[in-house]
Amino acid sequence: MPGYADPGFDTLALHAGAVPDATGARAVPIHLTTSFVFESSDHAASLFNLERAGHVYSRISNPTNAVLEQRVSALEGGIGAISVASGQAALHLSIATLMGAGGHIVASTALYGGSQNLLHYTLRRFGIETTFVKPGDIDGWRAAVQPNTRLFFGETAGNPGLDVLDTPTVSAIAHEAGVPLLVDSTLTSPWLVKPFTQGADLVYHSATKFLSGHGTVIGGIVVDGGSFDWERSGKFPELSQPYAGFHNMVFTEESTVGAFLLRARREGLRDFGACLSPHSAWLILQGIETLSLRMERHMHNTGRVVAFLASHPLVGRVGHPILESHPSHALAQKLLPRGAGSVFSFDIKGSREQGKAFVEALQVFSHLANVGDCRSLVIHPASTTHFRMDDDALAKGGITQGTIRLSIGLEDADDLIDDLKRALKAAEKAGQ
Amino acid sequence: MDYTVNDARLYCYTGGKAFDPAKPTVVMVHGVLNDHSVWILQSRYLAHHGWNVLAVDLPGHGRSTGAPAATVEAAADALIGLLDAAGVARAAFVGHSFGSLVALEAAARAPQRVSQLVLVGIAYPMKVSPALLEASRSDPLKALKMVNDFSRSTLAPPPSAMGPGTWVYGASFALGRRILASNAEHNLFYTGFKACDGYTHGEEAMAQVRCPTLFVLGSVDQMTHPKAARSLINKASGARVVMLPGGHHQMNETPEPMLKALTEFLDPAR
Repeated sequence: MPGYADPGFDTLALHAGAVPDATGARAVPIHLTTSFVFESSDHAASLFNLERAGHVYSRISNPTNAVLEQRVSALEGGIGAISVASGQAALHLSIATLMGAGGHIVASTALYGGSQNLLHYTLRRFGIETTFVKPGDIDGWRAAVQPNTRLFFGETAGNPGLDVLDTPTVSAIAHEAGVPLLVDSTLTSPWLVKPFTQGADLVYHSATKFLSGHGTVIGGIVVDGGSFDWERSGKFPELSQPYAGFHNMVFTEESTVGAFLLRARREGLRDFGACLSPHSAWLILQGIETLSLRMERHMHNTGRVVAFLASHPLVGRVGHPILESHPSHALAQKLLPRGAGSVFSFDIKGSREQGKAFVEALQVFSHLANVGDCRSLVIHPASTTHFRMDDDALAKGGITQGTIRLSIGLEDADDLIDDLKRALKAAEKAGQ
Repeated sequence: MDYTVNDARLYCYTGGKAFDPAKPTVVMVHGVLNDHSVWILQSRYLAHHGWNVLAVDLPGHGRSTGAPAATVEAAADALIGLLDAAGVARAAFVGHSFGSLVALEAAARAPQRVSQLVLVGIAYPMKVSPALLEASRSDPLKALKMVNDFSRSTLAPPPSAMGPGTWVYGASFALGRRILASNAEHNLFYTGFKACDGYTHGEEAMAQVRCPTLFVLGSVDQMTHPKAARSLINKASGARVVMLPGGHHQMNETPEPMLKALTEFLDPAR
């Protein structure tokens, strides 16, 4: 498909990484096979030694997964990607590729609860420390850098308060410190923002959410922008020195721009093994084919719902940057002109019991622990997704005991508003 | 491995194997705004199948120091100097795009030093449109984007240099951007394109080549259309031509057929 310009987003969402194969199948085939036949002993040895490119074993790579990897790379403007079992696996793979015990991360406080847990508790057990900084505290990012810092990390729009990460500024501070910026773009998807264009170096998604979009599959993917110079930084011997665990390969010599991906696949997938099922990859691909259509509708419905909630007397704060009252409003206008996502939180004026009454009265919204589904979802973060965090940590993430998180789906906006109206009425009655 | 040539340090990727004087040597030469890593699959394979590999970063590019060659002839002299520095009497030369002109010129200048010649994605003359030449000078990233789009033939390349999941549009752009940034003193894009544009004696050079020659062309190559290699093919003595089903980046759009073409040509003469 020779062209005169980069293919557009929708073309890439449908075609990147896939053409009809020898069978003529137009849709991407699902290669449900553990392994791939070698042509000869020499072919086998060459594949294992990275002299030839191809598939060996589906924990390391698979043709269906490779389509997904190329497609998300194309949509993000990256050089390549690695699909894994979940968003959490993508975060872990990224970190474990770049550092070991003794490493240090500077991370935003506005993170998904699972990510916060990994950094705050689990990785500490493995000798990796994290300093948390409020995403808007620019001096704080700079001040948190230590000699052993190896990574900056934040979410494009923090879950669930939607504190927008000032990616250009934070990435510049990271680069001054000789380290990359990894961003979780799950809530924004490449349709709302391409973080590489704003200075991020690595981007990952919980593909479970908007990329797949239908609440059917768990998956994750990390994309390399190919911009960070690992060798020049001097802080990443994992990539710039011979690796005894893989033929003494020096990944930065092997690939001038793709050293991270080489090591992440050859070590991280091989040894940690958090691979994605090809069937799951296929389901995510199905979702991506309609990503732009869905995101447009997500944003339309979100605008309607936010406007409704902001004008309701029983609702206190509505935490969406579309509102001028949101602290990230100006930054969102600049960095996320298509919108800051359809997952946001709001506070009900009233007791915890009224909050429960609200959630239980909803009929269209489903009460569950997920976001980014085509169906609208609701959850109470303090008792579920962020339940391991104490009040202080919750407050730093912009969450209170009365906070309700919504994920706005693709239903008729009028029905969503009716559902919320009914539930707010129930909450009001519960307080009488 | 680094070699000193004309006061410049020239880096060569050796495919993960130490240099062995007992083995034949193949020199691999990249194109404009590229480096050794464009050959990574083919070079690593050859290094593990009986060859010494010197996949060079041309002067001023990537890991190599010195001023970039302003002409194809100057770059060819650097390659011959590389053979001297490495103590290699004779080597096979493999070049891509601008690198193919450099390999051709080296084979013409020192026919006794070149055992085989592989010209990948070659055209002669390799004229660059005035608009693109100017863009490479005044707005190299914009020009890089144009060239990158023009060089691609598929949205679904097979597993490539970084393995499965490589998006070659993005990888090639990122490499060009990195190489451009690797030299703060010289605009490597403009210098390289100017050298391509200004090379005027390709046919004479081809006539002087004394070794077996292989042309590897992309059937839908828009950068160096296969028809544009005809004048050189006609001048070459007994040249072999392999047409690959891809665009200008044969090494990562059609890596397996590219390797097959290389090994079938190189190995019998080893």
